[in-house]
Amino acid sequence: MAAGATYEPIATTTLGSATGTVTFSSIPGSYTDLILISNIKSNTTAQSSLLFSCNGVETGGLYSGTMLYGTGSAAGSNRTSNQDYGTILRNGGLSASSTVMQPFITQFMNYSNTTTFKTVLSRSNVSDTVVEASASLFRSTSAITSIRIFANTNGFAIGSTFTLYGIAAA
Amino acid sequence: MANTYTLIASSTVGSGGAANIEFTSIPSTYTDLLVKVSSRMASGSSELLVRFNGSTSSHSGIRLQGTGSSVNSATNFTAAGVYINEELYASYTASTFSNLELYVPNYAGSANKSFSSDGVTENNATEAFAQLTAGLWSDSAAITSITFYHSSGNFAQYSSAYLYGIKNS
Repeated sequence: MAAGATYEPIATTTLGSATGTVTFSSIPGSYTDLILISNIKSNTTAQSSLLFSCNGVETGGLYSGTMLYGTGSAAGSNRTSNQDYGTILRNGGLSASSTVMQPFITQFMNYSNTTTFKTVLSRSNVSDTVVEASASLFRSTSAITSIRIFANTNGFAIGSTFTLYGIAAA
Repeated sequence: MANTYTLIASSTVGSGGAANIEFTSIPSTYTDLLVKVSSRMASGSSELLVRFNGSTSSHSGIRLQGTGSSVNSATNFTAAGVYINEELYASYTASTFSNLELYVPNYAGSANKSFSSDGVTENNATEAFAQLTAGLWSDSAAITSITFYHSSGNFAQYSSAYLYGIKNS
């Protein structure tokens, strides 16, 4: 049996100008899972959370999540519920440093099925602020065809990169 | 052929153990690097560390660690390397190895190099660890080598590491 494709690039964005939002649209339904690799440099010194939405859905409170985090001096866990957007990074916020690249690995599991709600797993790495793992739920049975990633008070600096990969089970 | 992880190199420790597991001459033709490590100590006890390009400066990081009975977070580094996992000590359950995955995006770019690391040391005993690490090598050079080592002691025979490249196009 031939192996399925792993990390097959679907689309990539490298910022040539600062922005607060990046969207991947027209995502094909031919894979099993999606992985979004974001390597982000902050645009301002203000810290913020990193958020996502699917299919342009940003009303109705369809997102929730549980976070586990460490700040280098304290460890904790918290959660969000009935939100209008999903949370990739909640605690500590994006780095205020202009030299710290921050990798985020976000997995959208079984994204193209039309029978179940969608699970999103994320690892956040802000090496001077926080390390965080989160499990999120998007309460929609629709296939995911678009993903928006954005910061709620901050922006993404030039040079930040976002790549969406598809993984096929067979 | 569909894109996959592309194996760049592998390393398996032979009899007698080894002080380091190291990948050198890493080509710059990929976008990201992924390393999967399975390891154990030949003797003694220590944490597992990583450094880049043989540099003994500019490494930093934060860890979140669970022990099965408690959780802690610390700034988990020396300038010479980042602690990425509690290694499976020589005294732990036999025939058992710790596991770790390390991901470095944009390793050949001109920005400082950040990475994500998840490791576990489960050995069906009262002492075991799961650790998440956010790491940084504050250097703009492309990564051409990755070294795994302990602050003291050697890797045991059969410890292994696999270096993969991932391309975004």
